[in-house]
Amino acid sequence: MKETKLSKYASQYPIIGPVLGLVLVVLLFSKTRGFLTPNNITIILTQTVIVIIAALGMTKIIVSGGIDLSVGAVVAFTSVLGAHAVSEGLPMVLVIIIALIGGGLFGLINGTIIAGFKMNPFIVTLGMMGVARGASKWLGKNQTVNYDTESSINFLMNNPSQIGSNEIPLWLPPIGVVVALFMAAVISTVMNKTVFGRHIYAIGSNEATARLCGIRTELTKLKVYLFAGMLYGLAGVMQLSRLQQGDPTVAIGLELDVIAAVVIGGASLSGGTGSIFGAVIGALIMATLRNGSDQVGWPNYAQEIIIGLVIVLAVGLDRLRQRRIN
Amino acid sequence: MENTVRLQMRGVCKHFGATRALNNVNFEIKQGEVHALIGENGAGKSTLMKILSGAYSPDKGDILLEGKPFAPGNPLHARKSGIAMIYQELTLTPHLSAEENILLGEEPSRYGWIDSTKRRQLAQEAVNNLNYSHLPLDKPVHLLSLAEQQVIEIARASIGSAQLIIMDEPTSSLSNVDVANLFSIIKKLRNQGASIIYISHFLEECQEIADQYTVLRDGVTVGNGSMSDVSFSELIHLMVGREINEIFPESPHTIGETVMEVCNLAGSRKPSSVNFNLHKGEIFGIAGLVGAGRTETVRACFGLDDVEEGSIFIYGSDKTHSIPQKRLDDGVGFLSENRKEEGLMLNRNVAENLTTTNYSRFTRWGFIDKVKQHTSAKQMIDRLDIKIRELSQSVNELSGGNQQKISLGRLLHHNAEIYILDEPTRGIDIASKSEIYKIMGELANEGKAVIFISSYLPELLGVCDTIGVMCRGVMQESRPKAEWTEDEILSVAIGQQADD
Repeated sequence: MKETKLSKYASQYPIIGPVLGLVLVVLLFSKTRGFLTPNNITIILTQTVIVIIAALGMTKIIVSGGIDLSVGAVVAFTSVLGAHAVSEGLPMVLVIIIALIGGGLFGLINGTIIAGFKMNPFIVTLGMMGVARGASKWLGKNQTVNYDTESSINFLMNNPSQIGSNEIPLWLPPIGVVVALFMAAVISTVMNKTVFGRHIYAIGSNEATARLCGIRTELTKLKVYLFAGMLYGLAGVMQLSRLQQGDPTVAIGLELDVIAAVVIGGASLSGGTGSIFGAVIGALIMATLRNGSDQVGWPNYAQEIIIGLVIVLAVGLDRLRQRRIN
Repeated sequence: MENTVRLQMRGVCKHFGATRALNNVNFEIKQGEVHALIGENGAGKSTLMKILSGAYSPDKGDILLEGKPFAPGNPLHARKSGIAMIYQELTLTPHLSAEENILLGEEPSRYGWIDSTKRRQLAQEAVNNLNYSHLPLDKPVHLLSLAEQQVIEIARASIGSAQLIIMDEPTSSLSNVDVANLFSIIKKLRNQGASIIYISHFLEECQEIADQYTVLRDGVTVGNGSMSDVSFSELIHLMVGREINEIFPESPHTIGETVMEVCNLAGSRKPSSVNFNLHKGEIFGIAGLVGAGRTETVRACFGLDDVEEGSIFIYGSDKTHSIPQKRLDDGVGFLSENRKEEGLMLNRNVAENLTTTNYSRFTRWGFIDKVKQHTSAKQMIDRLDIKIRELSQSVNELSGGNQQKISLGRLLHHNAEIYILDEPTRGIDIASKSEIYKIMGELANEGKAVIFISSYLPELLGVCDTIGVMCRGVMQESRPKAEWTEDEILSVAIGQQADD
């Protein structure tokens, strides 16, 4: 087999695949009217914020060799929690802190059970998915929690002029987009430049070795789930801001989008590989596909089929790349 | 300096339940000494070393490190005290780079941020010190060769200036050239004053590299002293505790007609050209360095890898392109070199592992008669003298030697006619090895044909009728055993003009 320059690059820089994928998707829809406009790009970015923030936590977990199915439920829980806090008249900073604590609590429980009792993360977080969903319904008394719509938390995900109080141009992305990208940069740096981050890769690559090398694997895993939970809390705040209410039944199935984003971005479910940048690109690919299909006027079922195929295709291409390495 | 005692273990005892793993073991190593720790599997070597590395704590006994009492609480503590362990199975994180692996767990950092300049410098120093300055530090280690990976392990051990390095079967997956390199590294470390505990089943290697030896048997120290004062057979006697008149039991067999013919076989990468004929009642050995394409050759012969060119005839009919299931139907059995990942279903029980390829004897309409299955398995257990507690015991509780006998038993239960054995004696103790040789001899005696791959030349010369030597994907030469010497095999395997 002759090795082309491209495939050689692709095996050295695994991120090239997802980036090319995103470029292809954008090209696919570029002729569609209204797609490549500043307004629409802002819409795509805004639609991706929740998945991106949750994927930051999920990337850590998947790289460490774990999985988390409780994302969607924890996002719903923290959005209901946040809505209560807003209706109590608390300032935005406190609302966010409360949501981070709420999400972190679920992360802590997940991490304690998984690391402490050496239980399978798939099962533990499957259970926690039910617990968190139930808890959010209990917290919301089985209905949405509404609050005074004037809260500044709404501006996180909505352009002020949409809410109708200001004259800010519509193409200007809301603060949530900036927060998501900023957090991505921070977490990416943590993953690559800190001892904690590199130990996550080491544990996912070979946990027994990591332990032999004196890495405190249980503690590291606990931290991974804890921080991921806090990021879900932040995603919950974004969810709250987007809907302007706390809905206990929101974000059902979000976990699948988030896992798909991480995997499309080049992570392996067996751990040891994956990157934050890849996950962000993965999330953007899916959001762009959805948005583009809407613009073209493809029906909903077609979108679902296309996105499902893209996930399989992405993993298939990754397998091919891996085989070339070996 | 030479005579300073580095480590002293006195009267160490350790029990696991009713089993006495160590009983009054004494062990002592000085600075700048290579000390061979010898013993069969289960003799207590691993337990002793696990005590030293902090994984177990002893029930009784004193450990003095540099004259001070030493009781490591965990691997990190042992490492901080200057003890490094290099395990039998390579323990690297395959996705991380060589540099990251060398400093794993001891990354130079400030407030949690890695100082990558410093890390590169330390890693480079470590590999320079081992005369491997060209080792690509940025590459993920799964792209590196086995020998390079081992250098990374040793480099990791030498970080933080380990003064006592424990090497557990370091050569079991290395070729002869790499072993020579490893020995020069060991000598270098010794000359720098480090103490090395060298654990190996290869007694010749122990004799070559070690200054002192300690032999353990059934958890007791049965002998120690200077390596130069002891003979090979004395060592074996100490280890086994009984006379093994011959490690290679004679078993008369006559070579009959051709059963398998391989012509110009080439795979997608390796091998590139392999020719040999296998006969009834023959043990055919394949020698070669790691990476010569031996495993790939037999995998292709068993239908596991694609055949790109050439042909394979079994009993005269063309069976070049095939799948393992068809091969089994043809009467070919394959024992993988990778016992843990390919050879056995580790978490399934003894009976299932023994019978899994051939349920026909005790199934009716697809239902398995468990009583009959266990009867069959029991026969095999008795025939091969496999030590188990019960047939429903899972295989991962058994020792390496017994596991390997179960892999072999599966082929026997299958009633195979052609046995392809890839490194069947790797990592098992001498007594088990000898039993495997005996089984191979019996098979040949019964008129079966055996292909035997090994990196250990004495055993090839001991049991084979014919030996073929591979080099860089090509079967260079095959001759009857009597026409080979160890040196000749090696020079063919290296490719004559030993350029590397």
